[in-house]
Amino acid sequence: MKSASVKSWYLVHKWTSLISTLFLLMLCVTGLPLIFHEEIDHALGYSAEAPAMPEPAPRASLDDIVASAKARRPGDAVQFVFKDAEDPRLWLVRLGEKANSEDASAFYTYDGRTGTYLNEYPVNKGVTNFLLRLHVDMFAGLPGTLFLGLMGLLLVVSLVSGTVLYGPYMQKVQFGTVRRDRSPRLKWLDLHNLLGIATLVWFLVVGFTGVVNTLAVPVFGQWQATELAEMTAPYRSKPPLTEMGSVQKALDAAHAAVPGTELGFMAFPGSDFASPHHFAIFMKGTTPWTSKLLKPVLVDAQTLQVTDTRDLPWYVSTLLISQPLHFGDYGGLPLKVIWGLLDLLSIVVLGSGVYLWVRKRNLSFEAWLRTMQGEKEMAA
Amino acid sequence: MSAPLTKTQIWGAPIALGVLSLVGLLAALLADGIGDAASWVALGVPVVVSIWYWGRRS
Repeated sequence: MKSASVKSWYLVHKWTSLISTLFLLMLCVTGLPLIFHEEIDHALGYSAEAPAMPEPAPRASLDDIVASAKARRPGDAVQFVFKDAEDPRLWLVRLGEKANSEDASAFYTYDGRTGTYLNEYPVNKGVTNFLLRLHVDMFAGLPGTLFLGLMGLLLVVSLVSGTVLYGPYMQKVQFGTVRRDRSPRLKWLDLHNLLGIATLVWFLVVGFTGVVNTLAVPVFGQWQATELAEMTAPYRSKPPLTEMGSVQKALDAAHAAVPGTELGFMAFPGSDFASPHHFAIFMKGTTPWTSKLLKPVLVDAQTLQVTDTRDLPWYVSTLLISQPLHFGDYGGLPLKVIWGLLDLLSIVVLGSGVYLWVRKRNLSFEAWLRTMQGEKEMAA
Repeated sequence: MSAPLTKTQIWGAPIALGVLSLVGLLAALLADGIGDAASWVALGVPVVVSIWYWGRRS
C-alpha cells in the first residue's frame, strides 16, 4: 500500500478514535455489569422467584392478574403484560400514569400458575438502572441515545481503518508478537494491534448492533405511523373504548390466530404499541431464531375478535435481531462470561489507544510509520 | 532486515479468528444446546488467543 494512502487511513483511525473513545470507554465500562443485569437483579432481590409447585401446575387467568394489578394502583393504567424472559412461570405487568405514558409507574410480578402477587420490581431505582440510563442515553433522552449511536458509527469506522493499518504494521512482525522489552510504547502498540485484531469481529458486531439499537424509537415510530396506522384505520372515527373485554380471551384469540407461537408481549389499548381500540399482542416463535422475532396480532378490545395480523417489516426485524447480538444474552451464562471477557479486552484496546496517542502526540506520521514497520526499533 | 511476511502469514490468523467469531455469534442464535456450546467454544478462541499471546514470555 502507498505511504500516502496509509497516511489517510492513519488519520481516519486517529480522528474517529479520538472523538469517540471516551464515550466508548463509558459504554464498555457500564456495559460490563449490564451483561449480568439479570443475575445482579436477582442477587439484590429485585426479581421474584417462582415458588416450587407440583406438576402439572394450574394456570391462572390473566384477567385476575390484571385486575389485581389495577387494584394496586387504581388511578393508573395497565400498559403491557409479558412473561419473564428467564422464567415463563412469572408474569410481569407494567403500569403507567396513563396508558401511553413514557415512564412506567410500577412493575408487578405475578405467579402465572396461581395468580398470586409476588413482588414489585423497583422502577428507576438501583445501580443497574443507573448504569442502564448512562449506557442508553446518558440521562439525555432520545438526543443522548442518537448521539451515542453516532459514537458507535465512529467506532465502526475506527475498527475498519484500524484493520487496514494492521496490514502495513505487521509486514515484518509475526502474529501475536508482543515486544515487551524495548519500550512501553512499543509493547502497548503491539498489544493494541493484537487485541484489536483478535476481538475485531465481535467488537464490530456489538458496535454495529448497538448503533441499530439506538434507532429503536424512530424504527418503532415508523412502524406505528405506517403499518399500525394502516391496520387500525377502520377504527379511526369510532368513539372511544368504554369497556375493555377479557384480557385472557384476547390472548387466546391471538394464540388461535397464529398457532405454534408464544406470547412475546401484550400492549393494552391506548398504549404506544397498540391502538385506542385494540390489544396489540406480539407473538414470538419457539425456535432460538424465531423467538427473537415478533408477529403483531390486533384484537378488538371490545369484541375480542382478531382484526388483523401481519409480519413486521424488515427494519423492525433487523432491530429485534440486533438486540441479542448486542446484549449477549442468548447463549446461557457461559456466553455472558465470554461477552464480559471480550468487553474487558475491548477496554484494553480503547485504553491502550488513548495511551499511545498521549505518548506520541509530538511524533510525526513519518516517524510513526518507521516504528510501525519495526525498522527503528530493530536498529535500536 | 528480514523479508516482509506474505499476505497469508499476515492475515491467516486474523481471518481465522474473524470467521470463528462469526460462527460463535450466530451458532447460539440458530440453535439451542449444541448451538450454545459451539458459540462458547468459537467465541472463546479469540479470548484465549488474546490472553495467551499477551501473557507469553518471549
